Amino acid sequence: MSKYYVNKFLFTTDRDPEYLKRYTEDPRNFVATWEQSIGPRLNDAEMSTVNFFTPEERAALINHDYVALFEMGAHFFLNLTIFIGIYDEPYMEKSGPLAFQKEFAAKLQHWKGKEYPSVAT
Amino acid sequence: MAQLVATLASTHHPFYLRATTMPPEQQMPQAPEWKRKIEAYRETLERTKPDILVMIGSDHFHQIFLDNCPQFLIGKAPRYDATFYNEEREFGIPKYVLDGDEDMSGFMHQHLMDQDFDFAFSNELKIDHSIICPIITVRPDADLPVVPIYTNIFAPPLPSPRRFYNLGRAIRKAIDAYPSDKRVAAIGTGHLSLELGGPRQFMETGPDPEFDRQAIEWLRNGDIDAILANVDHESMAKSGNATHGFLNFILMLGVAGPEGADYVDNLDLFHTMEAYFTWYPKEAAA
Ligand SMILES: [Fe+2]
Repeated sequence: MSKYYVNKFLFTTDRDPEYLKRYTEDPRNFVATWEQSIGPRLNDAEMSTVNFFTPEERAALINHDYVALFEMGAHFFLNLTIFIGIYDEPYMEKSGPLAFQKEFAAKLQHWKGKEYPSVAT
Repeated sequence: MAQLVATLASTHHPFYLRATTMPPEQQMPQAPEWKRKIEAYRETLERTKPDILVMIGSDHFHQIFLDNCPQFLIGKAPRYDATFYNEEREFGIPKYVLDGDEDMSGFMHQHLMDQDFDFAFSNELKIDHSIICPIITVRPDADLPVVPIYTNIFAPPLPSPRRFYNLGRAIRKAIDAYPSDKRVAAIGTGHLSLELGGPRQFMETGPDPEFDRQAIEWLRNGDIDAILANVDHESMAKSGNATHGFLNFILMLGVAGPEGADYVDNLDLFHTMEAYFTWYPKEAAA
């Protein structure tokens, strides 16, 4: 499990309009690119060699599967913010304000009253 | 010595600006009431005529990330850019540039170190909405220099509630000891019960209205003993996965001291309880 790296994906993608656009439009290709050349970056000169996704993490990111990401302990703020960035507008146009946020909550109802997966890294 | 003229502790709601400036016919029904309450709260700062703002907030993974994550950090820079792209996108918050006060930042940093709070520091800090929201609500002209302080309420393990309170006490001592004739206001923001990215997000009320009511009473009465007897990391998680923002209220009570608040207001908004507190130091009010 590489919770840190999943969070790094969410963090680096959400904060960059170009990355977010690519992750919205073609998640499979963007996740592959990210693993190759974006995720390993430490700075302009240095690349990290130590982090990898598990197959489950990769699949969850490719599928925009925020339920799976929640269950893996991805950080709740990053997991929410990036998918609001992707889905808020289209949901709003179809179903009104907060429609995406409410669907997000509905899909996690089975966690209500339970201890959530830890976001500690 | 510098004079602390007010301590403000409030929730920070990133949608305030958008909610109250969109065309009236599109505004939520509570928008006018919200605006009135914010303007009344702003007056509690305005009347104290501050020269410098010590601002306490918590970066939401904007500048700070898990590769390098301080518990407590102080900004020491002549100026601070503010508002990140994803905050403009999601909340419609504009960009700002705030003046810093390097001299006061440096003094506070050393004083806090001398009190055994080993702060991280940043000489190039871009500020996020935890500090810009209160600028928008209580000092919209953004015309005063700031000393920004960040706490970790986000990436466990977090410091204890008692540590947050004691840090507030230490910040107060540092302000009181600052050799200057400046009038200083301390302004901190956090949350009451809050859920983000979980099954209880964006309900009609906050995830734990009972906690919210209780927390407001504790703060109104300055009852730090009750807070420390009842609030820990587990209890906050039970009240909502982002409720740890309450730690900043505990810190601000430390700045004010364990005294009743001079101004208390709140507003029950969709999915969260807003709350606004101001304390005036008793010696200054006399
Ligand atoms: Fe926040």
